[in-house]
Amino acid sequence: MSGTPVGHGLAAPNAALGMSQAARSAGAPGPPLWLLLELTYRCPLHCVFCYNQTDFANTGPELGTEDWIRVLRQARALGAVQLGLSGGEPLARDDLEPIVAQAHALGYYINLITSGIGMTEARIGSLKAAGLDHIQLSFQDSTRELNDFLSSTRTFELKSKVAGLIRQYDYPMVLNVVLHRLNIDHVGEILEMAEAMGAQYVELANTQYYGWAWLNREHLLPSRAQLERAEATTQRFRERVAGRMQIYFVVPDYFETRPKACMSGLGSVFLGIAPDGTALPCHAARMLPGLQLPNVRDSDIRTIWYDSPAFNRFRGEAWMKEPCRSCPERTKDFGGCRCQAYLLTGDADNADPVCDLSPHHHKVTEAVARAEQAAAAAPGGAREQALVFRDHRISIAVVPGDPARRP
Amino acid sequence: MSDVPGTAKPAVAHGMRLQWEPAQEAHVLLYPEGMVRLNSSAGAILSRCDGVRTLTDIVTDLERTYSLTGLTGDVTAFVALALEKHWLELRE
Repeated sequence: MSGTPVGHGLAAPNAALGMSQAARSAGAPGPPLWLLLELTYRCPLHCVFCYNQTDFANTGPELGTEDWIRVLRQARALGAVQLGLSGGEPLARDDLEPIVAQAHALGYYINLITSGIGMTEARIGSLKAAGLDHIQLSFQDSTRELNDFLSSTRTFELKSKVAGLIRQYDYPMVLNVVLHRLNIDHVGEILEMAEAMGAQYVELANTQYYGWAWLNREHLLPSRAQLERAEATTQRFRERVAGRMQIYFVVPDYFETRPKACMSGLGSVFLGIAPDGTALPCHAARMLPGLQLPNVRDSDIRTIWYDSPAFNRFRGEAWMKEPCRSCPERTKDFGGCRCQAYLLTGDADNADPVCDLSPHHHKVTEAVARAEQAAAAAPGGAREQALVFRDHRISIAVVPGDPARRP
Repeated sequence: MSDVPGTAKPAVAHGMRLQWEPAQEAHVLLYPEGMVRLNSSAGAILSRCDGVRTLTDIVTDLERTYSLTGLTGDVTAFVALALEKHWLELRE
C-alpha cells in the first residue's frame, strides 16, 4: 500500500505502485492496470468533502449487473488487475456479492471502498465467500460529534462495529480518514482511535478539492500551522507504533510547489467507470470541457482505452503548454492535475497551478492565505451556515457541466 | 542481512497475493490498493515460497530448474529482503 488511497476523499491510485514506470514506457499505452467501478452515486452519507461531481443526480441510470460483469471481463482481458469497488456507497447495490464473485473468478484483487453503512455480519460473510480481498473503511473523525456532523448522519457507532467485523473476518484493517480544517487538529485522537480498532494501515488523506469539496474549499482548507502540527503529531505516533501500524499522510497539494503526478498521467494506468457507464480517465474528468467521454453501453473497453479521443487526449506531451512543454519535470509530474488546472485557470491544458512555475500559482497561494485568515478569525466556527452537504436535492439543482460555480 | 536459516519455511505473507499476469509478462504481488511487479528472478523465488518447502529446498529446486550452482547467497539475500518488506513471512 505504498501510495495514495482511492478513498472517499479521492487521491487515486496515483502510481498505485511501481506501475507507472512500466506503463509509461515509450510507444503504445500500457494496460489499464487499475480499474475503479463507481457502482452507484447513492450514499447514505452527505460528506462535505466528497469528490463526486456535484451534478451526480443529473446523470443517467445505473448500469445493471450484467453490464458491470461485461466491463470486468473486458478490462481483465486487457490486463486490469487491481479492482476498486466504490461509489457513492457500493454496499447500496444489492448485487455487490455477484459482482465480487465474478471479479474474483477473473483473477482481480478486489478492494471495497466503503463507509461501512450497510455492512452486516451476513454481508461480510457473503463477500468473504465471494472472494473479496480487502475492505477500506472511511472515518470522518475520532469523535462521534464531528464524524456525524461532517457526514451529516449518525454513523460513528455503526462504523466502529464494522471495524470489528473487518477484524473478525480476517481482513487487513485499513482505515481512511479525510483531513481538513475542521478535524486536522484531532489527528492525535484519530490515530489513537485507529490503534484501538486494531488498524494495520491508516491513510490520513488531506482533502483534495474537487466536486463537493471544491464547493466547500474555503471552509475545509487547513492553515499551514495546522498542517505542520498534524504532521509532527503523526510522526511521533509513527515512531511509537513502528512495526505495528503503517501510517500514510497525504499532504494537501495546495501546500506544495510541484504538482502531483495525477493518475500517473491520464490514460496511463487508471480507468474509472461511473454509475451510468461513463468511462473516466480520472475520477473528476467529467468536468473537463470538450472531452467526449465514451460509455461502456456503446463501446467495449479495448476501444475506449486505446482508441477513444478522450483517453488519448492527455497521453504524451503534445497537449502541454508552457511552462510544462519545455520543463524537465514534465516526465515526472505530467503537468499535474488536469481538473485542478481547469478549475483554477479555466484551461485544462495549463500547468497545474500548484506548481510555482505556473503563472497562475498565486490562485493557490491566495486560497491558502484566505485559509490562514479564516482559521485565525473563527477556528471551527460558523460552519453550519456555510458548508454544503452532498445531497441529492442540491445535486439536482446544480446546472449540469457547471461544477465550478464556487469558489 | 542473510541471517535466514536454510530450515526456514518462507511463505507469501498473509494478505498478499502472488499471481502471474500475462499482460505484464510477470509475476505480481497484490495487496490492498497496491501492486509490485516482480522481475523474473524474484518471481521464480517467490512462486516457490509455499510455507512447506525450506529455503534449502527452494535453492536446490532453483539450481536444478535453471542448471545453475551457488545460488544460496543470492536467494537467501532476496528472501531476507522480502521478509523485511513484509512480502514473505516464515511458517513453522
